[in-house]
Formats: sequence, C-alpha cells, structure tokens
Amino acid sequence: MFHEVWILFKKDLLQEFRSKAAINAIFLFSIVTLTAVSYSIGSHAISNFILAALLWIVIVFSALSAFSHIFLKEEEAQTADTLKLIAQPTPIFLSKWLFNTLLLTLLLMVIVPLFIAVFNFQVKNIPLLLLSIFLGDIGLASGGTIVAALIAKASRRGALFSVLSFPILLPVMVVGISAAQIAFTQEGSPLFPSEITALFAYDVVLFTTSLMLFDFIWND
Amino acid sequence: MKLQVDNIYKRYNRRYILKDISFTAARGQSVALTGPNGSGKTTLIKVLSQIVRPDKGEMQFSIEDTIIPREELNRHIGLVGPYLQLYQELTAYENLIFIAGLRRVNNAVDRIKKLAGEVGLEKHMHRAVHTYSSGMKQRLKYMFALMGDPDYLFVDEPTSNLDKAGIDWVYSLLAGWKKEKVLVFATNDEPDLEFADKVVSVVS
Repeated sequence: MFHEVWILFKKDLLQEFRSKAAINAIFLFSIVTLTAVSYSIGSHAISNFILAALLWIVIVFSALSAFSHIFLKEEEAQTADTLKLIAQPTPIFLSKWLFNTLLLTLLLMVIVPLFIAVFNFQVKNIPLLLLSIFLGDIGLASGGTIVAALIAKASRRGALFSVLSFPILLPVMVVGISAAQIAFTQEGSPLFPSEITALFAYDVVLFTTSLMLFDFIWND
Repeated sequence: MKLQVDNIYKRYNRRYILKDISFTAARGQSVALTGPNGSGKTTLIKVLSQIVRPDKGEMQFSIEDTIIPREELNRHIGLVGPYLQLYQELTAYENLIFIAGLRRVNNAVDRIKKLAGEVGLEKHMHRAVHTYSSGMKQRLKYMFALMGDPDYLFVDEPTSNLDKAGIDWVYSLLAGWKKEKVLVFATNDEPDLEFADKVVSVVS
C-alpha cells in the first residue's frame, strides 16, 4: 500500500509543481492576512496571549484557503473517475493527506518565523511551540482533507468547505492557541502540558475517523 | 477468466438507470452493450469498472474459477471511455509512468515504447496531454488502459474521435483482445458490433 501512496503522492507533487495552484493560494492568503493584521495593530503594544490567537487564526484560515484544492482539482479535471479506477480509497486518502500536510508544513516554516519577526517578540518555550504547531499541522490536514473529499462533488463548494471545516478544526485551533500562549509567555514550562495531550488525542481521533470514513465518501 | 453479472440495479434520484441487468462473458468472448442514448450503457460500464457501485446485484470476476477479491479488482481492469480523463498538465509519458507505477509494470519504459509505436504516438510522448487533439487523447487512453495488461477491458464508444487509421488500429486491438481476455464495449455503431459474440440490450 505504501508503494501506491508514494506513487499517488508523487503525481500530486508533480501536478502542483506544474500548476502551483495550492501553493500560490496558501502563501498569498497567509501573507495578505499577516500584513492586514500587522497594519491594523500598528505600533500598539499587544499581549502575547492575543498574539498566540492571531498566529493560529492566520494558520487556520490559510490552511482553509488551500486544502479544498486537493480533491477539487480531480473533480474539475474529471480525473476523479480515473483515480477511482486505478487506486484503492485508502492510498488515495493517505496520499492527499500527505500532500496537505506537506503544503501546510511549508507554509508554517515561512509564516511562523515571519510572524515572530513582524511582531518582534520572544518565544519563551520554542520546543513547545514547535510541537504544538506540528500536531496542529497533522490535525488540520486530516480534517481539511476529509472535508475536501466531502465537498468536492457539491456545488457552491467554496462556502461549504469553510462552513464544514470550521467546527471540525475549531478544537485544533482552540487547543493550539492555548499551547502557543504557554510557549509565548512561560519560560521553562513543561514540554507536554495537557494541551499537547489533547492535540495528540484529537489528531488520532480525527485521522482515524477520516481514514475510516473516506471509503464511503469517495465511493458514494 | 470469467465475468458474471447478476441482476444489477442502479438508480439516480428516483429513476432506475439500470434494472435487472444480467449477462456472462468468458475468456475469448466479447459482449457489446447497445441501447439508445440515455439508456444506461455508460452507467453499466462504470459499474463494471468499479467506478460506480450498484444499488443491488452481484458481479463476479474470476480467473480459473478463483474469484478476484474486490480490493484487487482494479489491477485486472482496463477502461477506455470519453469521461475518463488523463492528467492534462502532465506529459503522456508521465501519465503512463504513473499508471505503470500503480500497476507495478515491469520494464515500463519498453512497454510504453511498444504501445506508443502501435498507436502512432511515439513522437508525442513528452508533450503535455492538454496539447493533444481529441483523437490523440483517445489513443493515449487506450495506452493508459493497456499499460497494466488487464484481464478485463471495458470500452465505451471504442472508435469515438478516431480517424481511419485509429479505427483500424482499435479494430485490430479488439479482434486480438477478445481471443484471450474478456471484452465488454458499449456502442451503437454497426461496424463495432462485428466484434461482439454477444449483444446485451440496455434499456432503462
């Protein structure tokens, strides 16, 4: 199965390399959001608690802008039937999930240092921030991928994707904000506070449920 | 090698597109599906290819009396149809390497060269598919379907978009194919029906 996942993932990478549709959407949206937030705050002093919330708002909404592409492009190009013919649902889901995870990881590698530089503050617990963002990345990609599959065949997909994704991804955002607040404000705080346990547990539930449901969503 | 289709039903909304369709096809036998436009030929081809799940009914694909498990079926099936699109931004070669990877085709490059020579696309393999004409795309779809050397070939409108040379190639392919494998094709063209050992009329 991993061989199939790798072949499907490579195909998605090659397509993205040619079209740059998802990567352009996610990076442009995140840069625009970050610029808008920094201009609206200006030179006012802002607490690290609020900065943690702003960081996660930028991350979540940038992810929402890009995740729907992964199945939408198959429907729009009428290649969804081709995919159904040549591959099993599980490798398809895993390859799409892997692609969305990679896409968001690339974004996070750019947007998090940029956010810290723009708002010029010091992170007190960098390992905790990295761990919470990594777990958030996995959760967002799992939820985003399954909802993308769900809405791919619907009309008025754009609005539907945000409406359906938001309640699923909200726990990731809320717990991620809480973990970032600790990382931004408490030096020497533990690496595994309850927020990390909660994020990990939610990731496991979201990923497993998505994987189990995908067969029904994809074929019906 | 055998295909047994028993009492297939499929409905969209409240209308039955397929109702009680049954037939068998064994190795060396070809089946033509005929019927007016909208009668469900395409839906039946999609059901046979596992793209669409039937509401009721059974299908058994077997090789030497051993039933092929559902999760392995796609390795044994090839499909050519107007609705089956290839990846437009990739080259023909990349599309074929992609399917060869999934089907674990040995000597994929040699197989691509051989098939490209047969369909007359050997000089166009490194062009993006979106630059192909509709006839070239149809030839490429045949290559895509044949890359994994499937045991069951389903073809919807076998000669659509093809010129005389293309039609001749498809006819020679179908003639050779039906001797060794199971072939099911949907058509309303009289010349295509010459390749059918059995005709199933699909009426919704």
